[in-house]
Amino acid sequence: MRGGRFLLLGVVALIALMPLFAPWSKTFLVLAIAKGLAVLGIVVLLRAGQVSFGHALFFAASAYVAAFAARLLGGGELLTLLVIGALGSGVLGLLVGLFVVRYRYIFFGMLNLAFSMVFYAVLEKFYHYTGGSDGLILSRPSVLGIGLERLPFEYTLFYVALATAAVLGWLVHRYLNSAPGRALAAIKTNETRLEYLGISARGTLLVAYVISAMLAGVGGTLAAVMQGLVTPEYAYWVRSGEFVFIAILGGAGHVLGAFAGALVYEGVRMYLAVLAADMWQLLLGVVLLVIVLFASEGLVGLWHRISGRFAPAGREAS
Amino acid sequence: MSQALIEARDLHIEFGGVKAADGVDLSVHESDHLAIIGPNGAGKTTFLNICTGYLRPKSGTVRFDGTEITGRSPRWITRRGIARAFQIPQLFLEHTVIENMLIGAAARDRVRSLWRPLSASTARDEMMELLELMGVADVAAQVVTALPEGQRKLIDIALALALKPRVLLMDEPTSGVSSQEKFQVMDTLLRVLAHQQVTAVFVEHDMEMVERYAERVAVWDAGRIRIEGTPAEVLADAGVQRDVIGL
Amino acid sequence: MDLIIFTLAVLDGLAYASQVFMVAVGMTLIFGVMRILNIAHGGFYAIGAYLSAGIGLAIASAGLSPWLHLPALVIGAAMAGGVLGLVIERFVLRYIYVKEEVLQLLVTFAIFMILEDVQRLVFGVQPYAASSLVDAMGTINVLGIPYNAYQVLLLPGVAVLTLVGLRWFLHHTLLGHLITATAEDREAATAMGVNANRVFLLTFTIGTVLAALGGAFAAPTTAVQLGMGADMIVLSFAVVVTAGLGQVEGAAVTAVLIGLGRSFAIYLMPELDVLMPYFIMMLVLLVRPNGLFGTVQTRKI
Repeated sequence: MRGGRFLLLGVVALIALMPLFAPWSKTFLVLAIAKGLAVLGIVVLLRAGQVSFGHALFFAASAYVAAFAARLLGGGELLTLLVIGALGSGVLGLLVGLFVVRYRYIFFGMLNLAFSMVFYAVLEKFYHYTGGSDGLILSRPSVLGIGLERLPFEYTLFYVALATAAVLGWLVHRYLNSAPGRALAAIKTNETRLEYLGISARGTLLVAYVISAMLAGVGGTLAAVMQGLVTPEYAYWVRSGEFVFIAILGGAGHVLGAFAGALVYEGVRMYLAVLAADMWQLLLGVVLLVIVLFASEGLVGLWHRISGRFAPAGREAS
Repeated sequence: MSQALIEARDLHIEFGGVKAADGVDLSVHESDHLAIIGPNGAGKTTFLNICTGYLRPKSGTVRFDGTEITGRSPRWITRRGIARAFQIPQLFLEHTVIENMLIGAAARDRVRSLWRPLSASTARDEMMELLELMGVADVAAQVVTALPEGQRKLIDIALALALKPRVLLMDEPTSGVSSQEKFQVMDTLLRVLAHQQVTAVFVEHDMEMVERYAERVAVWDAGRIRIEGTPAEVLADAGVQRDVIGL
Repeated sequence: MDLIIFTLAVLDGLAYASQVFMVAVGMTLIFGVMRILNIAHGGFYAIGAYLSAGIGLAIASAGLSPWLHLPALVIGAAMAGGVLGLVIERFVLRYIYVKEEVLQLLVTFAIFMILEDVQRLVFGVQPYAASSLVDAMGTINVLGIPYNAYQVLLLPGVAVLTLVGLRWFLHHTLLGHLITATAEDREAATAMGVNANRVFLLTFTIGTVLAALGGAFAAPTTAVQLGMGADMIVLSFAVVVTAGLGQVEGAAVTAVLIGLGRSFAIYLMPELDVLMPYFIMMLVLLVRPNGLFGTVQTRKI
């Protein structure tokens, strides 16, 4: 256990130092962390055995909320935008959640997809407000009241993202091990008994859904601030699929797996996008098939197998 | 006789033309141990399903402690003090035994903290004690999937008891438990029930169990209560012997 | 609204419903028998459409009769759908029936992603339009409004034929009985000697052929382009779920409902046309969580 924790700290420190030696990696890492947060949202729902094929909805919603907010506030403040983005996606998560937590499995997954498709269509159609497929520009916000140049801003954003990911990852870890978090995992195996204990399965899932939406929201805001532009692409189903894909790649149901998966995925993508731009999805599909068929524990499982340990740091017997 | 805790009046329900309940009146009194017996498929489990809100009767009412609970959800009914153990154990298969129990305790105590780990629950000792009483404390750290049916059955009952209910409804509590152990299990169970002052209803097909542990017996046959009384009276009835016990 | 718009909306809606039904019916059949929601279904639809458009353009550029397109698209789509279905069921799906539901979904999702890129690689990124067959069939008058015969006669005709044919196959042939028996109770069917693997292979292939045919028939009236598979899969999912999973006849009724809903939206509230199917789905699911014709499944306790 102890060794695992040190190793984890080591990896985080390594990532924290990386931009100092390889400046190009800042943007790459921020994007990976942003996606990792959305994936963490998927991971939370996977605990209950539910998969959302539409989580890009919240990624996009918060990005647009942040863009509107920045416009209203005249540039805005990074931390304020992050909070507003998270709250925006949290409220949307509550509204959508009230509907989708009534359904399970296929219904749950596809209803989420349907909501995200609707949102995507709205973003494209109502271009007077959303800028249509051109999207909205999100100008660089200030940080703690200080307007930064591009380079220092990117460094700051990277460390803010890293700290946010660390804090949120830890909070999610606490949540998953709390009573409502363990009840969430019980939805996967026996919802009937949960009700017979006096626990509302829907209520339990709704809490998880809002948390999950807010995680995706923070990720979306980070990505939007990084790129300075939000487009309907943020809500496209391919992106939702990407999140699910990374969750499975990392090791379904694992907090660290979400970020590990996102890092590996973004890294591989960066190279493949150059080498095989046309076959990008195809290769993803093949990898996904191979993982599901032969290594359904994902990267985290692979790591355990290689290191020969059964109880990794931060994982409860479950 | 004391005031009825559960009072079912004129229950009707049918499945595909088969009348599982056809005008059932049945009362369960405070600290009663009522056994429901009857031929297979007569609708005994249906009674438990109606009392816990899993099924809604076509007509008729169920009152619990004076409040009408007909058609309420299992969750609503459970929170008011009726717990249920199942014929086929209903557990959280991917959780450990103690976690199953702690989720039960957290449900009872309305624990909503997203921060406090379940494993640090203050109810842990109490839950271990319950497992101890049911004779399954040694598997507390094991994941449920790894356990044999007999042990799951005991944990299933322990989980219902974790809620500290006023009434416990059980469906063949010792089926799946070996015949050497079943008396020991029932002895313990009755001790716990007495200790926690829990009223018990159990659906049973094992007449030895009925004779030994029930205070009152109701015979459910073709959707009706055919006869009701002490075990001695009921089991001595010629009709019951012929149709239910199969002598 | 006036009669002309009303008539146009009804005709549009029926034509559209026919296209959606072809995909949805295969999807619901596969689900009914195999308990798998086949996301890859949209991929078969798109491939059918591409093939059909390619064939149509080839026929036009060779100067042959546009009518040739009709038999050619049927044969082409049936072959492509058949081969893909057989291969995918036999070499991928067969290994996932024992896995968790979530993983099954992911596998069909992966196949869908692969098929999307296959389309891009084979057919490129430019849209195809091959409407010479529609032109050749001419227009007919419906209540005094000229409307192209392809959409008002052929598409609904094909859909009705599919529904009637499928019903007949499922209820009046030995193979059909094997399929319905497996759908009802897989264990019992297997116990009586039904080879579930073969039934699955057959069912899946029927489904993929129908989806490819749906795409092939849709091609002459739409621009065939990337992303059409994704739109169709979500739409036909909406139909399948609104009808109730596994309901073949229900899928037909619901396709009409959603098709009409969408076409009326196009004429009356153009901003909302894309959203209409989902509004209908959500409305139905709010009232009937298992769909219009679906049945409640309860856990045995």
